Amino acid sequence: MTDLTALEADLIGQIDAAADVAALEAIRVAALGKSGSISGLLKSLGGMSPDERREVGPKINGLRDAVAAAIAARKTTLEDAELDKKLAAEALDLSLPAVPRRKGSVHPTMQTMDEMVAIFADMGFAVAEGPDIEDDFHNFTALNFPEKHPAREMHDTFFFNRKEDGERMLLRTHTSPVQVRTMMSQQPPIRIIAPGRTYRCDSDATHTPMFHQVEGLVIDKAIHMGHLKWTLETFLARFFETDSVTTRFRPHHFPFTEPSAETDVQCDRSGGELKIGQGSDWLEILGCGMVHPNVLRACGIDPTVYQGFAFGMGVDRLAMLKYGMPDLRDMFAGDTRWLSHYGFSAFAAPSQAAGLS
Amino acid sequence: MKFTLSWLKDHLETEATVAQVADAMTMAGLEVEHVSDPATKLAAFTVARIVEAVQHPNADRLRVCQVDTVDGRKEIVCGAPNARVGLTTIYAPIGAYVPGLGVTLVEKPVRGVVSNGMLCSASELEQADESDGIMELPDSLSVGTPAAEALGLEAVIDFEVTPNRPDWLGVAGIARDLAAAGLGTLKDQAVAPVPGTFANPIAIKVDGVACHAFSGRLIRGVKNGPSPAWLQGRLKAIGLRPINALVDVTNLISYDRARPLHVYDAKLLVGDVIEARLGHHSEHGDEQLIALDGKTYDLAPTMSVISDAAGERPIGLGGVMGGASTGCSDETVDVFVESAWFDPIVTAQTGRDTGINSDAQYRFARGVDPGFMVGGLELATKLILDLCGGEPSEVTVAGQVPAPPAAFDFDPAYVERLSGLAIPAEQTVDILKKLGFAVDGSKVTPPTWRRDVEGPADLVEEVARLVGYGALPSTPLPEVAKPPGGVLTTKQARARIARRALAAMGWRETVSWSFTKRSTAELFGGGGDDLVLANPIAADLDCMRPSALPNLIEAAGRNARRGFPDAALFEIGPVFLTDRPDGQRTVIAGVLAPHPARHPGGAEAEPVFALKADVLALLEEIGAPVASLQLTQTGLPSWWRPGRSASLGLGKNGLVTFGELHPRVLKALDVAGPVLGFELVLENVPEPKKKGLKTRPAFTGAALMPLSRDFAFVVDQAKPAGDLARAAAGADKTLIAEVRIFDVYQGPGVPDGQKSVALEVVIQPREATLTDAEIEALAAKVVAAVEKLGAKLRG
Repeated sequence: MTDLTALEADLIGQIDAAADVAALEAIRVAALGKSGSISGLLKSLGGMSPDERREVGPKINGLRDAVAAAIAARKTTLEDAELDKKLAAEALDLSLPAVPRRKGSVHPTMQTMDEMVAIFADMGFAVAEGPDIEDDFHNFTALNFPEKHPAREMHDTFFFNRKEDGERMLLRTHTSPVQVRTMMSQQPPIRIIAPGRTYRCDSDATHTPMFHQVEGLVIDKAIHMGHLKWTLETFLARFFETDSVTTRFRPHHFPFTEPSAETDVQCDRSGGELKIGQGSDWLEILGCGMVHPNVLRACGIDPTVYQGFAFGMGVDRLAMLKYGMPDLRDMFAGDTRWLSHYGFSAFAAPSQAAGLS
Repeated sequence: MKFTLSWLKDHLETEATVAQVADAMTMAGLEVEHVSDPATKLAAFTVARIVEAVQHPNADRLRVCQVDTVDGRKEIVCGAPNARVGLTTIYAPIGAYVPGLGVTLVEKPVRGVVSNGMLCSASELEQADESDGIMELPDSLSVGTPAAEALGLEAVIDFEVTPNRPDWLGVAGIARDLAAAGLGTLKDQAVAPVPGTFANPIAIKVDGVACHAFSGRLIRGVKNGPSPAWLQGRLKAIGLRPINALVDVTNLISYDRARPLHVYDAKLLVGDVIEARLGHHSEHGDEQLIALDGKTYDLAPTMSVISDAAGERPIGLGGVMGGASTGCSDETVDVFVESAWFDPIVTAQTGRDTGINSDAQYRFARGVDPGFMVGGLELATKLILDLCGGEPSEVTVAGQVPAPPAAFDFDPAYVERLSGLAIPAEQTVDILKKLGFAVDGSKVTPPTWRRDVEGPADLVEEVARLVGYGALPSTPLPEVAKPPGGVLTTKQARARIARRALAAMGWRETVSWSFTKRSTAELFGGGGDDLVLANPIAADLDCMRPSALPNLIEAAGRNARRGFPDAALFEIGPVFLTDRPDGQRTVIAGVLAPHPARHPGGAEAEPVFALKADVLALLEEIGAPVASLQLTQTGLPSWWRPGRSASLGLGKNGLVTFGELHPRVLKALDVAGPVLGFELVLENVPEPKKKGLKTRPAFTGAALMPLSRDFAFVVDQAKPAGDLARAAAGADKTLIAEVRIFDVYQGPGVPDGQKSVALEVVIQPREATLTDAEIEALAAKVVAAVEKLGAKLRG
């Protein structure tokens, strides 16, 4: 009978000394393999008497279990060490830069337009559109601009060349022609806004030859100036995202509205910074009024039955006021640094739930 | 339009301050642009008297003065030659801002003597362009009197006159509105006629076109010369230059009553007839006039010309400017005074054609009160007689002024219906009457100076603005049913999604001009005659753009020149094919100048494939039928680089073109390549199929594992690899879920002029696991389908 204790000590010694998984496997085969030393002992049990077997069996089995456990433990240790070594070898310097990815943005004018659409859609306004190249009828005549009247001159209109038949197209000077197109194609009640590009032959820090307007038009049987006031007050408070926008309506003149008004908001200009909703200065924001009976008539709507209001505001200008851009011309320069500074995240879509900006 | 408070008070009984007047004007619709108040500007300056003046110890030209000031006796160093004992002048204390010098006074020694303030010249107070000494004021002024008061300076209000209200171009008209707004009481503005003492020797002829009506009279034996101080002061206060009494009277009435007049030196007239007629054009060209501004103008047949010498000699541009030949001077003894009514449209056109924007032209173009033609002449007569003496002839009137406005029906209840303001009918009538309207029962007649008023809505505005828009109610809009699917059209919704999708993919949205240079437009298939502007703002913005690409390319070029060459810019906006409403398209265009930062991970693949990925993702986001789109690389427009650009479309309907821009185009735009781009025409994207329900078809995830088989084909080099993939996918539409091109190879092992295309075919078993034989059969179908295109399975 081999000395089981000595065998166990020898095998455990070998296992602990095994340098790698391969050496450990050789030891396992030598001990627990088909013709291994412990396997041989287990086989010898068959030739023993029941009493001997009862005495030696558990010992041999115990030896087998102890060796197998030692091998498994050593294997785990060796594998862990090997993995650590591999991982150490595969280490990366994560101070290296990320894969470059361009960052995109939404233009502030378009963000502002989206904000306006969100607010007015909530008040039941649909979005109407019209062409940028207009004719004299839609841009002026139907809007009650008398022929050769100084009011036409004040519009700094871009004209195309006169054609042989005398027609001369122009770039719309305001989004109001969309009012005309809407009223000529649809019967009241009407409740629309019309955002778009507009053009005037003018250029300085606050004027560019192209800019954006949003037009509003509400026509029904009993719409009066009080509705106009509420609509604009509500819009301005939501747009500037403040509880307290104080507005002021001032009489003004537009050929296409009667009565006409300009709307100011109260602001604070002290400290070179503009704050809406406080202070004692006034800032002109938009023009508005009740649609002139001549305009309704020109569009085939009976002014003795229907009346309503219209308003128009500069989108770029409102964006500048809200977000603090100093120069209108920068809006159209395509400077990537400016776009990055004033642009909006793709995921900042304005909503009544999340807020506008 | 400028005026002073004292001028206003000639017409308005009021205690209001300048600030109150300005506020009331703003709220009545007279938009105040600027109030220049010398009392505020010169608040620090007061009257002082020099009591001692001795030579400065260290400077020949300086004197050390002891001055009695509002702050007590002060020692002040002064360099003015007229700084002498007893002089009453203006003192500025330390800390005062001197507007004419643009400096704030600080206490500092002048050549060793400390000056405790400053004695001021007229130019230092901005009361003169230059001065050669300190101000010399009457000794009657007491020390400490504010400078503005001592100098008789007044606040000047400048406001914008809207084109509908020419009556506001006279102070009397402003006073009328302010009285109606409750700021005071209007004084009597009536003008008493001055009877003539002899028949007017000068006949007047008008033709009814060049001039509708013309009144005039001769005043003989006048003594012309500088006008009195009050008149000069009044004109100077609003920035007008006094000339002589006769001319100053016409300017005064122009600003006082919005009534332009003209005075002729009667001795310089040829003949005894003044005729208003249209300009003469002969074979020698237009006749000419040397006007009062010294310039020579061509008188076109559209212009109103005043002539003498039996109509032969032009002596003025009617309602615009007089001629130099008959102007009044100090030598004028007999003066002919004109008060006429010229047509607004003719006058406006003459102003545009000649570039003359005189006070008279401005007023006639906007419409002068036809009811005050002779009244203006009488007022001028009275003032001329007062200032210059003389003897007036009878008044001659030729022609007819336009008929006064007609009465129309007005129901005071309309005020509330249109404005929402509940105003008692009596108040409405009262306001209208104060503005000069005649109210007779339900009929209202506008005054002759209110030709802008055509109907009841205009009267509502009058009442509402004078009651004050502050009283308007704030009435919520009636609730309306909102469309359950939102208010945007498909196109609007797609533009909105595209904007955010592209921004999320790393593109920066920009907005560029709708115009471009015509030669650039031509490079991009545009530049038609109908799209060229007649009056562009700049020569390089003279044509509507046929594509958004050129402006974006140029923007990328500008960024590169600033040192930021990497750019991915996009724009959603209009392009123009014709000048008709249906010739406008909305495009989504992007330009990519790929100059990413270098990275240790190595360079990216050809950037055009990253671009293609973005374009496909964009198409998918906006709901384009991506799977059905056909790609073609032939027949593309000339601004795309051949071989490196493609268009995706449905049949002939191209949705989007993408790829590299042609180097020739980039060279023409002076932008370094490579530059890539895409342009998608939103109108060409088909409407999504309308579905009544929002529910989607049930999800059927296959239970069985997909498997994949690789194939390599050799094919002609020119054959698009995508055709092979498409053919393979078509071999069995049920089982083949996807075909991926994973390698394209040319070189050793592949014959010249050919390439090897490796396809991975993903097979999705549907009902049961496929047997080897079934897979082999499917593979054979794939090979057969691809080989139909002339490809050979690689051995």
